[in-house]
Amino acid sequence: MNATRISSLVKKEWKKTIREPAVLFMIILFPVMLTVAFGASFGATPGSQQESFTVAVVNLSSGGNWSAEFIHDLSATGVLSVNDYQSNASAQSALSQGQVQAVMVVPAAFDDSVQSYLSHPSEQGDWVNCTLSLYLDRASLIVGQVVPSVVQQVLGSGVLGVEQAAAPSPVELTTPSLVQVKSQSVFDTFVPGLFAFASIFLIMMVAQSFTTDRESGTLRRVATTPTSASEIMTAQVLSYLLIGVVQALLVLGSALALGYRPDNTLSGVALGLVIASVFSVCNVGFGLIAASIARTAGAATGISFLFLLPQMFLGTYVGMALSSSAQNAGRFVPSYYVTDALNSLFTRGAAITSSTVMTDLGVVGVSSLLILLTGIYIFRRLGQS
Amino acid sequence: MQREGDNAAITIEELTKDYGEVRAVDGLTLTIPEAEVFGLLGPNGSGKTTTINCLTGLLKPTSGTVEVEGYDVQTHGREARGVMGVSPQETAVYSYLTGRENVELFGQLYAVPKGKLRGRVDYVIEKVGLVDDAGRRVGRYSGGMKRRVSIAMALVTDPKVVLLDEPTVGMDPQSRRAIWDFVMELKDAGKTILLTTHYMEEAEEICDRVGVIDRGKLIELGTPSSLKAKYGADDLEDVFIRLTGRKIREEA
Repeated sequence: MNATRISSLVKKEWKKTIREPAVLFMIILFPVMLTVAFGASFGATPGSQQESFTVAVVNLSSGGNWSAEFIHDLSATGVLSVNDYQSNASAQSALSQGQVQAVMVVPAAFDDSVQSYLSHPSEQGDWVNCTLSLYLDRASLIVGQVVPSVVQQVLGSGVLGVEQAAAPSPVELTTPSLVQVKSQSVFDTFVPGLFAFASIFLIMMVAQSFTTDRESGTLRRVATTPTSASEIMTAQVLSYLLIGVVQALLVLGSALALGYRPDNTLSGVALGLVIASVFSVCNVGFGLIAASIARTAGAATGISFLFLLPQMFLGTYVGMALSSSAQNAGRFVPSYYVTDALNSLFTRGAAITSSTVMTDLGVVGVSSLLILLTGIYIFRRLGQS
Repeated sequence: MQREGDNAAITIEELTKDYGEVRAVDGLTLTIPEAEVFGLLGPNGSGKTTTINCLTGLLKPTSGTVEVEGYDVQTHGREARGVMGVSPQETAVYSYLTGRENVELFGQLYAVPKGKLRGRVDYVIEKVGLVDDAGRRVGRYSGGMKRRVSIAMALVTDPKVVLLDEPTVGMDPQSRRAIWDFVMELKDAGKTILLTTHYMEEAEEICDRVGVIDRGKLIELGTPSSLKAKYGADDLEDVFIRLTGRKIREEA
């Protein structure tokens, strides 16, 4: 490997990015325009379409019948799927990693509170008051709308037997300060998916770049120099890795300018950008495969969409509106894990060492490397002539 | 490995290249000594470019061997490519780079030291007559200008062996003459030059020897004057007609 050769090829790719209007638009301007367009268009909270939600329940009560009945009633709604957790910390960890969509902490005084109400329904002075804490997934707007109302409804019409939600009750339902559901806009929930969305268009640019170089003869010409195939590929990967970093920074910068604020520390945000950048390697691999199949730059554009569309629909913000089966299919595309990791980091505030983030990073890294190697192999077999 | 004391710059032995059932080059054997300008003449599809591509390592021969400056192209490809400058038949330049940037890039791909590269770039750009246009992007060049950039890219490294595949196609007479003069200057500097051409007057003017290739076979070899004398011909075009019964067609 010769550093001079590699750096000269990287510089050449960057000059193309800056000087070719179509490339400049797709790689640099498109992510900014996409983010700004979404920010300007989706500042409001949408309606709900999801049918069921997983709730982590931490039952701190003395184990009386009322708390057990209340939890049973929650499950019986069919809207909430209840999982028991032993501690608030473990439940919060699951929430931050997207394993559950809400955490509910049943206080120690819950049974006594319900009993006091049922014994003296009209004598508020004799009630034992308590607070039922509810923590919600910030990555989902729907959770914020559905879960609190369902819990309130089950609490009132179930164990307390209160018909009207606004009626006085000794059990107060709170959504603590961690959760700011009302401040979440559609744009806030879309931003993690925008990083992957912007990057997947690299597939098309890489495919066009290689087919154009092949058509013009420059690819073969470089091969007549002492430059090795490994140096050419290394330069390409480095170029698009750098472009991936720039894209991620542009999306983040545009989102910040529109008021978006990732819910994590600087290191958490940095890790998110790293994951988004690593994803560009995957797109270089898909681009090479598309370039191997395509005979012309025009055909490369069309073939790129075979790889681009599944990633777009199954792995970015677009997938939020898909059916559950389509969302499950998303687990087979790398962009899903990029969006999931960024949701955990930017929206749920997950720790950078949390298992979900680490798993997502691992899947993105390994799948990107495998797809890149596959792309290089196929291109060297089929794509050079 | 490179052989000591061998003054053959290019050695081709029994080179055969098949594309499926089509034999593009058929048992070609040729030795070109150092500091010779050798012209490979032949019509479209005769095997000239395939021979060049085997020399550069772009194509793997079906059989036979090719050596450049003693390096076997198949086993020591990087060393062989390191002593060659190649101007392919297609202009093969980056349209979004300027003429100077294209030339610089190829100097860097050959790892020419930075201190030496600038001088070499200036030299070859001046030699191909692109001083005034070197700062413009190549996408806005005419076909002839692109070909001149292509030649400058091949020569920026001051290579020992130069392969020029149809170097003056599409050039105006003045530019063509400038390239011929540059080739003669390279010959005087001890460079070995293998060129393919359709222009018989070009071959007569600048080649020490020519080889006539037809249907993949080398059918005649000698100096332009000896071939003309042998066939009682007025020029090399006439030699080709007497050898093959047809004219060399214009490829450009």
